Amino acid sequence: MVTQATAGFAVPTRVASPLRSYTAGLALVEARGTTVREALADLEGRYPGMRFRMIDEQDRIRPHIRLYVDTRPVLELDQRIEPGATLHLICALSGG
Amino acid sequence: MTGTLWIGTRKGLFALRGDAQRRQWKLVGPQFLGHVFHHVVQDPREPKVVLAAVKTGHLGPTVFRSTDRGRSWKEASAPPAFRKAQDGEAARAVDAVFWLTAGHASERGTWYAGASPAGLFRSEDGGDTWQPVAGFNDHPMYATWIQGPGSPIGQLTHSIRVDPRDARHLYLGVSSGGVFESTDAGGDWRPLNAGCAAEFLPDSDPQYGHDPHCFDMHPRFPDRLYQQNHCGIYRLDRPDERWTRIGSSMPRRVGDIGFPLVLHPADPNKAWVFPMDGTSVWPRTSVDGKPAVYGTNNGGRTWRRLDGGLPRKQGWFTVLRQAMCADDDDRTDKLGLYFGTSAGEVWASRNEGASWTRIAQHLPQVFSVTYGPAG
Repeated sequence: MVTQATAGFAVPTRVASPLRSYTAGLALVEARGTTVREALADLEGRYPGMRFRMIDEQDRIRPHIRLYVDTRPVLELDQRIEPGATLHLICALSGG
Repeated sequence: MTGTLWIGTRKGLFALRGDAQRRQWKLVGPQFLGHVFHHVVQDPREPKVVLAAVKTGHLGPTVFRSTDRGRSWKEASAPPAFRKAQDGEAARAVDAVFWLTAGHASERGTWYAGASPAGLFRSEDGGDTWQPVAGFNDHPMYATWIQGPGSPIGQLTHSIRVDPRDARHLYLGVSSGGVFESTDAGGDWRPLNAGCAAEFLPDSDPQYGHDPHCFDMHPRFPDRLYQQNHCGIYRLDRPDERWTRIGSSMPRRVGDIGFPLVLHPADPNKAWVFPMDGTSVWPRTSVDGKPAVYGTNNGGRTWRRLDGGLPRKQGWFTVLRQAMCADDDDRTDKLGLYFGTSAGEVWASRNEGASWTRIAQHLPQVFSVTYGPAG
């Protein structure tokens, strides 16, 4: 739902299978930004609708979504992304 | 060709397309395998338009839209969402879009959506972008009216009804919270629950806090209201304000607890329910493992058991509130009734419930069965 254009560097982003309907099936895409918030905004611009399926309207990560920068879990959206790091968009276990 | 039964399930969307006699049904799908479809509604104003309330186990809620009778779908560009919470406010986020209702005939492209947690949303562009209805979501009494955990998937807003005589006159149900009415297009609301039991509350006749499972307004006689409540079946003829428990005339061993309620589109005295076991620990199965529809021809004064063709024993399925419907073609023969079960079956009756035929089986748990005319 956030579509603002974002500057910053390229962030390789790994996309879990439930989200690949937004990325035309791609498992690895590129986002731009220096924070997770910026990277997600950039992804939303490229793949409309994707952000809201992961992040609710109060900017909270949804219960069965996990975000990581490399191996560090993302606890808040303003977490910085260092150049060269990979952003992981992961769908956690959600039941049967 | 008759119309389409849209079958929303816990694991995807199916459709059943019937022949003109409603004898043969072709199962189509699944589409969006693995997605949870709480409600699928074809637009009575533009029959090519279909909206679906969707989420998955992992991903947040959204609305899918089709403008070609379900052949292709697009996601809403701005799904239902609460406004951003201000400092100190409870931060509400839509967990599920649970209910969809097409707006008034004079307001093409207008839709309403009910959510969990309790929230009302409106679209004026055919379901592409949605805005919260502040008059309900931010009503000064919201936190007083709507308390407790609600259903197993949280508080639910459902049964949104638009008066065909007046686009500004709205009703909705909240589980739990009660039935609420607005006469100013959702700007203000008031409870409409007098006479309904709420056995889970200490007050014997509370104004709000009830659990309407399914509420409906007769489309041709909109002063006649019915509801299947957590605590019985009721009728209200406006301008009266107090509901009458018409489920009291159901057989005592069956009771009057259930989820769905279906009205005859022309005859305001005809309605159908699917009772479930609401005794002891609330098994929420068919009563005694003998599933049956019950129908009334006289506004609930008496009820008839309608179980021809249904399992005579060891049939423990039940039917959720969106999962039973009537076809509403302008037919000269008997109305068709349909329901989908917790066991993944769809049953049809071509004679207003007198006899039933299973027209689909082995589907995922059925959440929604709605009829869309061929148009």
